[in-house]
Amino acid sequence: MNEEELKIFIDAVIHYFEQVTGEKSKMGIPYIKNSDPVVLDCTGVIGISGNKKGCIYFTGTKEIFKEVAATVLGPDLVDDDAIVDIAGEISNTIAGNVRKSFGSSFMISVPIVLKGRPNDIVLRLNPPVYVIPIQWRGHKAFLTVGLE
Amino acid sequence: MKKLMIVDDSHVMRKAIEKYLKDFNLEIVGSAENGRKGLVLFKKSRPDIVTLDITMPEMDGLSLLDEIMKIDPDTRVIIITALSDRDTGIQAMKKGASGFLSKPFTPAQLKEEFSQVMRSPA
Repeated sequence: MNEEELKIFIDAVIHYFEQVTGEKSKMGIPYIKNSDPVVLDCTGVIGISGNKKGCIYFTGTKEIFKEVAATVLGPDLVDDDAIVDIAGEISNTIAGNVRKSFGSSFMISVPIVLKGRPNDIVLRLNPPVYVIPIQWRGHKAFLTVGLE
Repeated sequence: MKKLMIVDDSHVMRKAIEKYLKDFNLEIVGSAENGRKGLVLFKKSRPDIVTLDITMPEMDGLSLLDEIMKIDPDTRVIIITALSDRDTGIQAMKKGASGFLSKPFTPAQLKEEFSQVMRSPA
C-alpha cells in the first residue's frame, strides 16, 4: 500500500465524521504498526478480499462510539448494544467508501465487533500495517489498515 | 398510508432511518437485520417501499432485491449502502432499485432521496 492509498482511508474517516456528526475529526500522523498494541474499548474488524487482501479495523474508546451513536439516534436511545453496533457500522462504512477509489473488486466482509480490550489484534499480513490516529471531540480512535 | 420496511444489519441504522423518515406519514411494517429475514418479512407484510442495505450476513441486499423484484416489481426499493462505487449503484438500478444513497448520509439527504423516489412513477 502506498501513500496515495493511505490517503483514501484518511479521507473516508474525515468524511464519515463530518457527514454524520457535522464535526471534523483530527488525523494524527500515520505510522507503521510495531509490536505496541493498537486496541481500545471496542473494535470493528472488516476482512478484505478481491483485488486487495487483508483487513482493516477501527478501534475506539467507549465514549467516542457513545457520542457518535447519540448524535445519530439521540442520547436516550444509546445503550451498550448501540455502542457495539456503531463500531461495526463505522468500520463497514469506511471500508465500503474506499471502493470508490479501489473499485468494485475490493470486496469487504460484514463487520466483526470485538468488545473489550484484548492484548492486541495481530494481523498476519506482510508488513507494513499502517495505523492512523484519530481524534474527535477529544476522544481517541485508530484506524489500522493491513492490505497486501 | 404507504408501508415501509427497513433492512440493515445495523440496528442503529434501522432506528436512524425510521427516525429520519417519521415526517412522511408511513406505516413501518417492520425491520430486518439480513436479507433472509427481510424476505420473510416482505412476503408477510408486502410493503410499498423498502430501504435496503447491501453488505449483510446470510443474504445480501442485492440478492434480496432480486427476490423482491420477482415477487412485486412495483415495489420501490432504496439502496442505502456504504458501497459507494459506481458499479454497485449501476448494478442496483439495473436490478430494479428506485433509488441509491451512499452511507454516511445526513437526515436531509435521506429525506431528499426518499421524496424523489416517492415522486417518481412506479
